[in-house]
Amino acid sequence: MRLSISRISKAYSGHTIFEDCSWVVDREGVYVVMGPNGSGKSTLLRICALLEKPDCGEVAYFSGNKRLTEAISLKRRMTLVFPQVGIFNATVFDNIAYGLKIRGAGKQEIEEKTSAMLGLARLTEKRNQCALSLSSGEKQRLGIARALVIEPEVLFLDEPTASIDEMNARLIEEIILDKKKSGMRIIMSTHDQMQAERLADQILLIKNRKLEEIKG
Amino acid sequence: MNSVVVSFNQALSLILHLDRELLSIILLSLRVSGSALFIAAAVGVPLAALMAFGRFSLRGLCVSLLDTLMGLPPVVVGLFVYLLLSRSGPLGFLALLYTPSAMIIAQTILALPIVASLSHSAIVSVDPVIAQAASTLGATPSQISMAVIREARYGIMSGIMAAFGRVMAEVGAILIVGGNIAGFTRVMTTTIALETDKGNFEFALALGIILLAISMAINLALNVIRRKGGTERQR
Ligand SMILES: Nc1ncnc2c1ncn2[C@@H]1O[C@H](COP(=O)(O)OP(=O)(O)OP(=O)(O)O)[C@@H](O)[C@H]1O
Ligand SMILES: [Mg+2]
Repeated sequence: MRLSISRISKAYSGHTIFEDCSWVVDREGVYVVMGPNGSGKSTLLRICALLEKPDCGEVAYFSGNKRLTEAISLKRRMTLVFPQVGIFNATVFDNIAYGLKIRGAGKQEIEEKTSAMLGLARLTEKRNQCALSLSSGEKQRLGIARALVIEPEVLFLDEPTASIDEMNARLIEEIILDKKKSGMRIIMSTHDQMQAERLADQILLIKNRKLEEIKG
Repeated sequence: MNSVVVSFNQALSLILHLDRELLSIILLSLRVSGSALFIAAAVGVPLAALMAFGRFSLRGLCVSLLDTLMGLPPVVVGLFVYLLLSRSGPLGFLALLYTPSAMIIAQTILALPIVASLSHSAIVSVDPVIAQAASTLGATPSQISMAVIREARYGIMSGIMAAFGRVMAEVGAILIVGGNIAGFTRVMTTTIALETDKGNFEFALALGIILLAISMAINLALNVIRRKGGTERQR
């Protein structure tokens, strides 16, 4: 699946964030979006994930040369993890299983895939704990596990390691690199220059309302 | 002073010996208020969801109308249902006046706005990140609504309990449309009101003690529910 944004512009109440920006993601890999606070990283991720429309220009997904129509079936092939995560008031297990349940997965499939994600995010012991009582690092991991369980082709992560400790951040980085190997496209934002260099196949800098591709 | 102690002792013995009449009055109270609550919840929660997620004009008006109806004086509801059900009224042919059904209707009218209004505010106060999370995980619009309603479940339950507390304690509406007929429409509150008048204190007192116990249980349940749902906003 190829993502192509072409000549998009976006403004909030007269304040322009992007002006005539284009970008293509056509290979698996880790794409890191950087820029100062308020430069529009989160906005760019939301627009690419089809959660918000640009004022003008086009966001399109292609499979080969065929453009995919914007429907729930396309949205279900990608997901975005917000910095606030949005934990449901339910157990850790039920939080992770949510994406499978709404897709009508069977009991066995839910049990197997969710357990695998619990292991990946090192949350197996917390399986039946209420997810709201997790620490913020654990919540971040839960958010990623909950997103990965649906096996997205494109994964958007908005500052996945902000405000968490070094060890948790490394764990998340490992997961990201592991998923990249399996062919996922990962588009993430971060403020951590070192992290960007460790992970990125391409760094995208937002500067003066434009996108600048730095590496790759 | 002495007579209070005597009445109190007699009331306790009525309770401890599970007096038949006492028991049937308590059961009718629970049946009437329970049925009213069941109907109010079955209608009120979907109504709340409709107001929270529906896109229609006059929505704001509906919400403030419900808020106003929450404070309906029970006697006014009683009067209204009485006029509706009285022999010359529009629904007189149903011959429901002075039956438990009439009491259920009146209490449903009292409970419905409470359930709907409190459920509505519980649903709209769910943090928007919940809907956002459901959406990014691939939920359809109706699945997103369900996720938000599920998140509001403790608020909705406490709304239902609040309505239960109100109808259990209410006497005005139920007295007007039920008539406090012995063995048929006599419930706790109406009996207390009328037995006290007759000087039959121990019976009234026994019911009063039970009623207090029930409302204490309701409050206890409310507290437990509120504590469980106490994590509303996320950072
Ligand atoms: N829904 C919105 N309504 C109005 N303004 C918005 C909205 N969303 C974002 N903005 C504005 O757009 C600008 C870019 O916001 P965005 O959240 O994309 O920045 P960011 O690069 O992610 O910043 P940070 O590093 O702080 O996360 C900010 O000035 C913000 O105030
Ligand atoms: Mg941001």
